[in-house]
Amino acid sequence: MTQPVLEVNNLTTSFLINGRWKTVVHDVSFAIAPRETLAIVGESGSGKSVTALSIMGLNAAGRSRVGGSVKLQGKELLDLPQEAMRRIRGNEIAMIFQEPMTCLNPVLTIGSQIAESLILHRGISRREAEMETVRLLEKVRIPSAKARFDEYPHGFSGGMRQRVMIAMALACRPKLLIADEPTTALDVTIQAQILDLIKTLQNEEGMAVLFITHDMGVVAEIADRTVVMYRGDTVETGPTAQIFAAPKNAYTRTLLAAVPRLGSLAGISMPIRFPDIDRETGLPEKATQGVDTVSRGGKPVLEVKGLTTRFDIQGGMFRGIKGRIHAVQDLSFAIMPGETLALVGESGCGKSTTGRCIMRLTTALSGSVELDGVDLLSLDSRKLREQRKGIQMIFQDPYASLNPRMTVGEAIAEPMVVNGLQTPAQANAKVADLLQRVGLQAEMAKRYPHEFSGGQRQRVCIARALAVAPRVIVADESVSALDVSVKAQVVNLMMELQEKLKLAYLFISHDMAVVERISHRVAVMYLGEIVEIGPREEIFGNPQHPYTKKLLAAVPVADPAQRHRVRAISNDEIISPIRPVGYTPPARQYQQVSPGHSFMI
Amino acid sequence: MLLNRLVDSVITVILVVTLVFVAMRILPGDPAVAALGDSATAEQLASFRERMGLNVPLWHQYLDFLVNIVTLNFGTSMITGENISAMLLANLPYTVELTVAAMIIGMIIGVPIGVLSAVKRGSFPDYIARIIALAGFCIPDFFLGALILIVFGLKLDLFPVTGGGTDFPSRMQHLVLPAMTLGLVMAAFTSRLTRSALLEVLKRDYIRTARAKGVTERWVIYKHALRNALIPVVTGFGIYILTMLSGSIAIELIFARPGVGSVLINGINSRDYPMVQAGLLVFALFVVVVNIAMDLLYVLIDPRLRRAAR
Repeated sequence: MTQPVLEVNNLTTSFLINGRWKTVVHDVSFAIAPRETLAIVGESGSGKSVTALSIMGLNAAGRSRVGGSVKLQGKELLDLPQEAMRRIRGNEIAMIFQEPMTCLNPVLTIGSQIAESLILHRGISRREAEMETVRLLEKVRIPSAKARFDEYPHGFSGGMRQRVMIAMALACRPKLLIADEPTTALDVTIQAQILDLIKTLQNEEGMAVLFITHDMGVVAEIADRTVVMYRGDTVETGPTAQIFAAPKNAYTRTLLAAVPRLGSLAGISMPIRFPDIDRETGLPEKATQGVDTVSRGGKPVLEVKGLTTRFDIQGGMFRGIKGRIHAVQDLSFAIMPGETLALVGESGCGKSTTGRCIMRLTTALSGSVELDGVDLLSLDSRKLREQRKGIQMIFQDPYASLNPRMTVGEAIAEPMVVNGLQTPAQANAKVADLLQRVGLQAEMAKRYPHEFSGGQRQRVCIARALAVAPRVIVADESVSALDVSVKAQVVNLMMELQEKLKLAYLFISHDMAVVERISHRVAVMYLGEIVEIGPREEIFGNPQHPYTKKLLAAVPVADPAQRHRVRAISNDEIISPIRPVGYTPPARQYQQVSPGHSFMI
Repeated sequence: MLLNRLVDSVITVILVVTLVFVAMRILPGDPAVAALGDSATAEQLASFRERMGLNVPLWHQYLDFLVNIVTLNFGTSMITGENISAMLLANLPYTVELTVAAMIIGMIIGVPIGVLSAVKRGSFPDYIARIIALAGFCIPDFFLGALILIVFGLKLDLFPVTGGGTDFPSRMQHLVLPAMTLGLVMAAFTSRLTRSALLEVLKRDYIRTARAKGVTERWVIYKHALRNALIPVVTGFGIYILTMLSGSIAIELIFARPGVGSVLINGINSRDYPMVQAGLLVFALFVVVVNIAMDLLYVLIDPRLRRAAR
């Protein structure tokens, strides 16, 4: 066997936390051969990123300890002095990170940030480095690379910034590329582009890739072999196909069982909860049957008609209006009691703005939003407050949407008290009830948000939304920030609550696999408009609009057998609906495919 | 954007001018009596008021006042009869050189100490730097001025202690002690600001990116981190320069330096309306100019603002 590019043996990393050493990565061993892709997969806190940073020698000096052995082509890295290690970083091992938006220095041009590596490690002149940089930018398929050399990162989209990061990483032709969740923050079509790009470049350059991710779908797409980590330990290592086909470890099975798979509900019209998983064996228990929660025949609980929202773009010397973002354009849909309508689309398509307009957190230009026949958009603030009890919202970031200075009990009680539904004393009893309802314990009411995990916080947010007994809940990317197993639990909780309380959900999400699980009907948004709407089974099984098809095709398939399909590399950016002042949107025609299923022509 | 700032500035100046005008008129005490003394006869007082335009209605005085400002005609002193514009022009350079010198000293000392403090966080040099900075905050500038004057001027006799100097070398010599006083206070402020801003920036993702690229630690700090850290430092600087202006008044008094501050104080003491008005106006313009300069500096440092500025 050829010598592995990287050989990690018994890697153990500890951090000094409050004066005590805490081991966060424990005895991890693996090897990566040339041209091979190894994935480390695990949930938050599994130690996968720390493993990568330990290999790079980038953990905080003085407050971390790395033991074991890391060999790059037979050369031990952990014994190297700082200066020698610095010469390896960016030169022989390069790394790209999760957050393309914050990983580039905002005050330096992208060209100079790439050229820097070349000048540093290769010792070439600035002029040569600039020429090489342009070549690299072309290599990562940045359109009009030469012209963009002198631009600053803020002019680039997330996907383009990640391409710049990749160009930077590839500058010195590293033997090993470490990619730490490089696509997690990106939209699904952009994720597909970046994954394809990494695959193609790996073939061209012949480097080894260490790919860190929490997404089993991405693992299946990209990795030859996989290491599964759980709380700092390796629980399973093996060829990706084998791990997917016959996982040996209970945790691996749990992880795989929780992965939402596109197409898993084909032929079933009802949403079905994720199977509960036996923590001991990691095997799914008997799948629950779908329950029909929708009350048909009556009047819709929420009806949106012709909703339109625009944002002015100001500019120029006199702050005149230079254009308008047509964020939401003539949107109409209705939701029945007990029904979930998913609003899907990518960044900037207007799905979150729609949610905010319905809640009147953003002012709509025109249209109506009727909650049980009352138009929310025409109410004064007093009447609106009255009506808001009927419709509540859950946000994406459970960390940012709870006040850190309020106990969760206070947070949940507040909507009841301010709406005059309960006195503070009565509210306490209700809080206990709500906490139990969302699967937490009543005594947790006295705790502060930082004492909870992400999933628990999202449960608290759900309890807070339920406090005023709403009929409709607008869930804006509510499970997107959660780990996959936690995501499944929260989705199940939402479905359980729907069954019990006849809740209607407007489920705003970019995650097609979750949408397939939870929704009765799906509306696909593109550039502020609904391009296709229909029953979930129809949209997933028989998509009509090209954008719907593109969106579905971009979702990573959790099936390693399909790994070698290579899509044509596309450079399409997600465009935003910026129009000149005075632009009149064309009248749209919809074609009906089957009852309730129509798409834009 | 720049145009907006200019319009804002003009409005600010007009407001200040009006405020000054009103404030001077509602002050107790008669300027004519103040100028001519208690023994002046009624005719003398009347003719003084006539000469100074104090006997016309207030609105008329205000209009005259505005017209004079626009034409840069600040009139003559009620007390000495000197031309105010000429007087201010003679004094302004002293104030400007003091402020600029103090700023340079503050930056040259403050920024490196702040960087050192941040990079060696928690170490002995960091503690020393922080204690000195704290001392700089706690000691009032007039006290520090007096201290410096006694030690370097009187005891060691290294620099002249009073006056502003005449030719260039003597002016520079006279500048040392006052500039040092204000500069040290500014350095204390700047070092703390730089330290906290740099610590914040060093946590950012792009610093990790730079390290992952194999950039040397020194380069990480000076090229990648410091420029980002300077954005909040410049904000603090802008606010601080304005505080320093009022500090300069006290310093000018201690070192008996000429300057707009002393002109203003003398004017207030002798209830010399036109003088005070003109002095305050100069200060207001100073504030406005500093603010605009800060805005331009931001744009220079932070490319994200360039597009917005266009």
